[in-house]
Amino acid sequence: MAFSDEALARLEPDVAEIIGRYPRPRSALMPLLHLLQSEEGYISDDAIALVAARLGITETEVTAVTSFYTLYKRQPVGEYHVGVCTNTLCAIMGGDQILATLEDHLGVGPDELTGDGKVSIEHVECNAACDYAPVVMVNWEFFDNQTPESATALVDDLRAGRAVTPTRGPGRLCTWRQASRILAGFTDGQAADGPAAGPASLVGLRIAKEHGWTAPDAPGEPDTPNSTATKGASR
Amino acid sequence: MTDTLTPVLTAHWDEPDSFLLAGYRRAGGYRALPKALAMPPDDIIAMMRESGLRGRGGAGFPAGNKWAFIPQGDGKPHYLVVNADESEPGTCKDTPLLMANPQALIEGVVIASYAIRCHQAFIYVRGEVLHVVRRLQQAVAEAYEAGYVGRDILGSGYDLDIVVHAGAGAYICGEETALLDSLEGYRGLPRLKPPFPAIAGLYACPTVINNVESIASVPSILLNGGKWFADLGTEKSTGYGIFSLSGHVTTPGQFEAPLGITLRELLDLAGGVRAGHRLKFWTPGGSSVPLLTDEHLDVPLDFESVMAAGSQLGTRALQIFDDSTCVVRAVLRWTEFYQHESCGKCTPCREGTYWMVRVLERLEHGRGTDEDLDKLLDVCDNILGRAFCALGDGATSPITSSIQYFRDEYIEHQKRGGCPFDPAAATLFDSSGSAHIPGGGR
Repeated sequence: MAFSDEALARLEPDVAEIIGRYPRPRSALMPLLHLLQSEEGYISDDAIALVAARLGITETEVTAVTSFYTLYKRQPVGEYHVGVCTNTLCAIMGGDQILATLEDHLGVGPDELTGDGKVSIEHVECNAACDYAPVVMVNWEFFDNQTPESATALVDDLRAGRAVTPTRGPGRLCTWRQASRILAGFTDGQAADGPAAGPASLVGLRIAKEHGWTAPDAPGEPDTPNSTATKGASR
Repeated sequence: MTDTLTPVLTAHWDEPDSFLLAGYRRAGGYRALPKALAMPPDDIIAMMRESGLRGRGGAGFPAGNKWAFIPQGDGKPHYLVVNADESEPGTCKDTPLLMANPQALIEGVVIASYAIRCHQAFIYVRGEVLHVVRRLQQAVAEAYEAGYVGRDILGSGYDLDIVVHAGAGAYICGEETALLDSLEGYRGLPRLKPPFPAIAGLYACPTVINNVESIASVPSILLNGGKWFADLGTEKSTGYGIFSLSGHVTTPGQFEAPLGITLRELLDLAGGVRAGHRLKFWTPGGSSVPLLTDEHLDVPLDFESVMAAGSQLGTRALQIFDDSTCVVRAVLRWTEFYQHESCGKCTPCREGTYWMVRVLERLEHGRGTDEDLDKLLDVCDNILGRAFCALGDGATSPITSSIQYFRDEYIEHQKRGGCPFDPAAATLFDSSGSAHIPGGGR
């Protein structure tokens, strides 16, 4: 769909800011794609033409980059895009069962939308949360330690418009388009929401504290208050 | 005698505001930076070399040497690029680090940039971890506001800008030269080396690319000295590192310890392998390094010892699989991953990973033959050392090592005409269908 004059005028300051971040304009290509995905929910031909014109490169060049990266969607996805990790560790811990259950429950295949446009689903590769396996992502927020039942309840809540809170993320789950805008470099003011760390992230620290284990003090300054700054806990 | 665990980067993650500038400063943060800015840059590089810090992104190249390779007085801009594209299967250390303690990275970025005489740094973070991206953006903004980044940092006359750049889903961009192509706005394809990035990196200018954990370790080294760091760990694998336990283990999680700790020690701390099961195989450092088995529980997890045991330390991503797991299924899935993520630039990797998936599918479903095993090993032989970058080499690791240790299990699939394992038995769900929450009880 073509961008309206209103949309173009509204986007222009963001486009200019993104290009201004980099020593060379072409480096702005990926964040610009994130930005336009936040506008339309996917990367349309018009988005590609806009980026090409703005960066002075061909549409073919922009298309080549777009198709290389899985986060850029060439078709609309759901307001809530659900990614089930089925890389080996999550798959074996139950990710395969979760994905099969969700596809069956929603009646959709990979990258397909539910009839109401609310939810789409894909299998994703390792999402760097293996200590919380099996992991499900919604709009790239973590939903840790999932089961087929919890994941089914999750997508039902999303379709019904009920509030859903990521395990390690903000109190309010943002939409696919809002998520794309954050990836373009524009904050949504929710960074301070949610825990500093989830329970698995703290396992080693908790054990260390139970045993009184710390990193050693710096040589020549034993137990000075300053020496503990960026090393062992010493409260 | 050093303690078993030595929390440094993780030491304050249990503070509710550890990710904010205020929390980081309360924990003693930003005391290394003024010390660094008062030192000649070359002295910082010397201190890094003394520390022996080896890259925490998997390859283990000495960080101080990387910095020292940057030519000085060459009249070109220099760049620091932080590789925060954590996506090696099993690797989950940088993500919690960035979520809980992003300021340690920012302080490290400023120190490293000052040392290599760079005025523009980039943090290339993967896009699929939205809250990490938020926390990083916030950390950079807070650091600018406090005068730790920007113009005339702490009155030193030194200027630095930091840009957070979100990736868009491509494992190959964790390869440092592919990351540079991606950051320049191209498809993420690896570059031929030499020239190395230290000579011709971002925009063909001298560039240091370091892993998140490497750079986040810099403030502690500055503050406590290179010797302090070198005295931790082993002689050639110095310092501390974050070890990530996942899979069939009672309490998965992050453990920060001196390099050289063993899996047996870590498993003891984590409550052992899942109750009622035995360790079958594990990865010491992600899926791109050869599998190890219960024979290797006492191998010190340092670069040299793991290498001597036939694998690599990699990213210290310890994925634990118990006796309920089919190794053929596990290896097939990893190989599908490499096929999907192969950038297609070189033939051995592009074609090899495609065909290895086809053969492994046959084997997993009991339709394979002995010849298929030899064919797989032959294909691996034609990829390893012949691929353009390490992705292809990594793709062969699970295959060759699993055939080495579990050849009989491959044969058993063939004899039975199918997989002898029940996938339901390997899941973490209990019979009632609710999750066993690892490390639960909170």
